[in-house]
Order: sequence, then structure tokens, then C-alpha cells
Amino acid sequence: MHRIALVILLLVTASAVARDIYQQPEAFIKDTFGGEVPKPRMLWINGDLNMDIRDILGHEPGVLRIRYWQRDAKSAWILEETGKEKPITTGIVIHDHKIERVKVLIYRESRGMEVRYPFFTDQYKDASLQKDKQLDRTIDGISGATLSVRALTKLARLALYLHHHIDVSP
Amino acid sequence: MNPHTFIPRFLLLAGAIWSFPLLAADKPPTVEELSEALKELEQKVDMTAEMVDRAGTTDTVENKTHLGGYGELHYNNLDSGKEINFSRFVLYISHEFSDHISMHSEVELEDSIAGDGQNGEIELEQAYIDIDLDGNHTVRTGLFLIPVGIMNETHEPPAFYGVERNPIEHDIIPATWWEGGVGVNGELAPGWGYDVAVTSGLESADYKPRSGRNKVSDASAENLAYTGRIKWAGMPGTEIAATVQLQDDITQGTDTTAGSATLFETHAIVNRGDVTVKVLYAMWDLDGTGPAAAGRDEQTGWYLEPSYKLTNKTGVFARYNEWDNNAGSSADTKNKQTDVGVNYWPHEDVVFKFDLMDQGGAVSDDGFNLGVGFQY
Repeated sequence: MHRIALVILLLVTASAVARDIYQQPEAFIKDTFGGEVPKPRMLWINGDLNMDIRDILGHEPGVLRIRYWQRDAKSAWILEETGKEKPITTGIVIHDHKIERVKVLIYRESRGMEVRYPFFTDQYKDASLQKDKQLDRTIDGISGATLSVRALTKLARLALYLHHHIDVSP
Repeated sequence: MNPHTFIPRFLLLAGAIWSFPLLAADKPPTVEELSEALKELEQKVDMTAEMVDRAGTTDTVENKTHLGGYGELHYNNLDSGKEINFSRFVLYISHEFSDHISMHSEVELEDSIAGDGQNGEIELEQAYIDIDLDGNHTVRTGLFLIPVGIMNETHEPPAFYGVERNPIEHDIIPATWWEGGVGVNGELAPGWGYDVAVTSGLESADYKPRSGRNKVSDASAENLAYTGRIKWAGMPGTEIAATVQLQDDITQGTDTTAGSATLFETHAIVNRGDVTVKVLYAMWDLDGTGPAAAGRDEQTGWYLEPSYKLTNKTGVFARYNEWDNNAGSSADTKNKQTDVGVNYWPHEDVVFKFDLMDQGGAVSDDGFNLGVGFQY
């Protein structure tokens, strides 16, 4: 019985595939703007922006600029932050300085994948940024996924902060 | 115009004008020529920025290997004595061979110094290969942590309250507990996680689980262990889980009076805002006349731990523990312990701890503990 169990488990490895991609970033942007995708823009990370981003993430931004898509008061961001050791690619939509939608697009960590479900990401809906660059609400965590929850919360704060720094006048 | 897009464009324009070769000529450049030069320069800057940005992504070879770790220093001021000890210093290294095959490892130096006549040990705590399968399933092969309890898999110092770990996940669940073997883990449905594993088992001469850990060091594999866990985390801040482990013989055939051993563990974690409550129950059921004669045919323990975050950086907790490795005997051998204390996180990955400890029942060791821990 021992040998059979071992053989079965080892045989299962034959069907290995790639990391978990839940939605391609391009498809997320298309969904957000109803098929008519605005031209992407670049926000350069310099000066105070760099310092504030470092404050939110707890480390250097690691990029020189951040790509975003915008139409009127709505902006969409594809951002990445590492949970334990691998980046979580996340799509975030901001409307009128409030979070409209958070979606985990690509998850690469071996634990904590529950953060991708709407029952978790829905907590960010309508959240806004306080003066201290914290969310205006508490996000209930997921046991065993502390670092992934922390990463997503940082990205939510970052997207709200960046939205404040783009021209959203109609 | 947004200042953050204006500034780079201004610099580009200035650079373009400065570097434009026609400026040196008699004839000034036309607007079209300047525009063309600006466009070219903008493309070059974009390409440079693209290269710099790409260097920080996971697709580069340099980012395939990850380093991490944690450590903790304890000071115990108890009736049994005063002691200071650097309990654990752990180095974590992982490597991604491909998108779906990765290696994870942890090497631990326990109690500061290892070697002949020293208190400490150097231990390989984890070293396994994960292969991601179609859907949400992963095959794990090698030396890995047994999927049981709250602390066994997540025990970095900033992640829990109290300087010392709770006694139930020490004496009943022998955390940190690792074995060698193969397992599968993943999700059955949204919020429903599972683990199954076939691993090496315990080999305990005194029938206590903690003394049965062979740590995969020339360990007997006469009697394997079968572990299964089901976990529900379908609501933010909530986890409910149960683990069962079966082993034919907890003495690996060295004791003819011993029989099979079954571990059952269940726990719940509920976090709402600043309040978290953890509760865990674990029990061993050992067959055979040997364990029954020693009163160790039944070994049980449970704890309840409410905690409250006063601020983002400070939290307080209380924990009540009961456990008994001789629950099968007719004597009153139950141990009790109450802990109350505070954690202070000056940074999310650094923690300072203080707690008061009060024991009762079959044990008696009261006092206070201080600790500092970190992870990276």
C-alpha cells in the first residue's frame, strides 16, 4: 500500500503546467474600460513620489515609471508586489479616489492563494486613502497568507496614492 | 499638465536641443527637425527605462533564487531559573527552476552553538521540490513540514504572540515537526484547501510524540505516516481546519507492545478588525498494551488565545493552555498554563515581546519572558 501511494503521487507530477494566471493584464484593462482601451500613460517615479512610494511599500519602487490607463476620473493600474518571495500581479481600478475593483491577475506564491477570491478582494471596494497613506478601513487577513494580504494592501494603498498624482480633471 | 510627466518631457526637450547637431551649423533647426529629434530621444529614454524596469522583474535569471530567514532571542525569568538563549537562527533559500518547479529549503541553527558538547544543533528543517500541477494543486517531494496545527508551518516570530510557543504545539503536536516523503496540496473549491502526504513516521520509545522525531536523519522507514488536512478559509479573517495522521506503529517495530497511533487536530482562527481569537485542540490515540500501561494511550491538549491590536504596532494577548501526555492514566497528570503579554512591532518584520507565565496542575513554573524576533 505504501508503494502504491508513493507511485500514484509521483505519477501525478507528469501533468505539471505553468504558474497560476487568472486573467491576462491586457484583458483586465479591456474589461475595465468596456473594450475601448485608452492609450497607456507613464507616471515617472521621481522626487517626493519616490519617497512616498518607498514609505508605502517599505522598499524602493524598483521601477523608474509606472504604466496606467485613464479615462476621466477612472484609472487602472497593473502593479506587482512580492508576498513571501514572488510578485503578485494585481489589477486595481480607482474611480473618484476610491477603489472600484481589485483583482489578482497572476499569483506565483506557493501559499496564500485565497487572496485572489472576491470574498477577500471585495473588502477593498470603496476604500480610500487617509492622510497618513493608510486605508480608511481594516482588512481582515487570511491565516497562513499574512504576507500576501500585506502585499495586496500595499498595492491598494499605492494605486490610491498614484491616482492622486495624475490629472483626473474631465 | 501633470508635473510628473512634464518634468521628464522638459528634460527630453532640453536634451534634444542641447544635443541637436544642427545647432552647431549656421542654419537653425526647423520645428520638424526638432520634433523628430525629440521623438528619437524619447524612444531611447523609453528603451533605457524599459531595460531598467525589466531588471527588477521575475523573468530575469538573477531573481530566480530567493533568500530569507528569521531569528529570535529569548530571556526567561522563571522559578526554574533565569536564562538567555538565541533560540533560533534560520536561513531560507529557494530557487525557481522553471515557472512550475521550485526548491525551498531552511537550515536552522538552534540555541546559538552546535557541535560536540554544545547545547545547540544545526538542522535541515525543510528541503523540498514543489511541482505545480494543472489547476490549483502542487506536488511536494522531499523534507517538509507536516501540515498540522497553527504554528508548525507558520512560526516566524512576528507572526505569533508570546515569547515561547504554546505548550500544546510542543508536547502534543511536536512542532517544529518535519518528515521526509511526498504529498499533494491545493484547493478543492474556493476557500477549501487540502493536504495529503505520505512521509516517514515517528519512532518513540517512550510513546511521546516529541521524543519520536527522527528529523529524517537515517530514520527508520518501517512504518510510514499518512497525513490529511482539510482547511476552510472562505471568509476573510476566518480559518477552520482539521488534520488526521495515521501511523501503523509509533515505535517503528522496536516495541512489540505498541500498536498504531492516530493524531487528530482541529483549530479555528477568527480575525475581525483588531480582534483575533485562536482555538486549537489536539489528541493522540495509541493502541497497544505498552502505551496503555504507561498511561500514554491518550494524549490531549487545547488552548484558547484571544488578542487585540491596540494600534498598528502594539497588540496584547492572553492564552490559556491545558495538556496531558499521560491522559490515559488514572492519576491527575494534567498541565495548565496561562500567559498574558504584549507584542510591539517597530517594523512589520521585527517584534519585541513580553509575557507573564503562570503554570498549574502537574507543572509549576511561573515568571516572565522577554524576546526579540525578526524575519526577512
